[in-house]
Amino acid sequence: MILAGIKPQAEFVHWWFATGFLILGLLLVSEAVVGHDVWAMRPWRRYLWPSFAFLMGVLMFPVMTFFTNSTIHMIAHGSWAQVLLLTGGAELGLARGKLHSQYWRLCSALGLAVSGAAFLVHEQNGWLFARAAFLHHLAGWTLLVAALFPLLQAFRPRSLTAAYGFGFTFLVLAVILYSDRDIAPIFGHLSYYAGVPHR
Amino acid sequence: MSADIAHKLERNLEIHDAAARGRLRRARIVLTLGPLTSAVGVGWAVLQPWRLTLLHPHGQGFYWLFAEPPLYVALVGVLFRWLLAPGIAADVLEGPE
Repeated sequence: MILAGIKPQAEFVHWWFATGFLILGLLLVSEAVVGHDVWAMRPWRRYLWPSFAFLMGVLMFPVMTFFTNSTIHMIAHGSWAQVLLLTGGAELGLARGKLHSQYWRLCSALGLAVSGAAFLVHEQNGWLFARAAFLHHLAGWTLLVAALFPLLQAFRPRSLTAAYGFGFTFLVLAVILYSDRDIAPIFGHLSYYAGVPHR
Repeated sequence: MSADIAHKLERNLEIHDAAARGRLRRARIVLTLGPLTSAVGVGWAVLQPWRLTLLHPHGQGFYWLFAEPPLYVALVGVLFRWLLAPGIAADVLEGPE
């Protein structure tokens, strides 16, 4: 009862994570613009986006714990938490020099693919059920397609297309998450079963 | 012989100029990212003022007052421009190709 009183609504959490993805996107796009060598001139900058991804993975665990609408929601949030930790951890290892193989970047591809799949699997309503359903489908397919960018980076680390694509993926994801509302129409459609928009 | 050297020097200068222009362009892009992000946040606030509950705070709970997405976007842009962009731009101008 107390928890229900202090727990934020899902849309707030989506907006906070959108802010995190906006920061991630800006960091990655900046790195793509200036190139990795310039980016790595200041050692702390190498750790910036991997540690941010890792932190977002840690913060995803409370989301998994407290937003227990259904088992599939918990599994989806839990898998996001784990792949964000894996992605951040692998990139931190590469930044620190503990990991050397460029194929560790495949963790980012896995992270995006698992996240995309989790979005699609845990949204059980159709595209036009409500805005949240539409955005879950959109985010899922966006991430699945975007998994190609880090996949390409693993084999061609200097690819600008892959670097920009990876960075812009997070900016697009931020826009998608900022657009989320708990109950709102999408293109004039809102299912009767979705509920009444609150604001 | 001297004409050859002059030609080579001229060519080197042209290459150097092109590289310098490229660095300057990249530095400008990085310096623009923050203000551009902030402009998007401000534009969003103007287009959807009801997303800013601070403008009509009466009766709003803590989370409704804390969650202000357009302000978040604007703030991220300001912080990026203030904390990160100057160093990145300086390194582009001084750093390796």
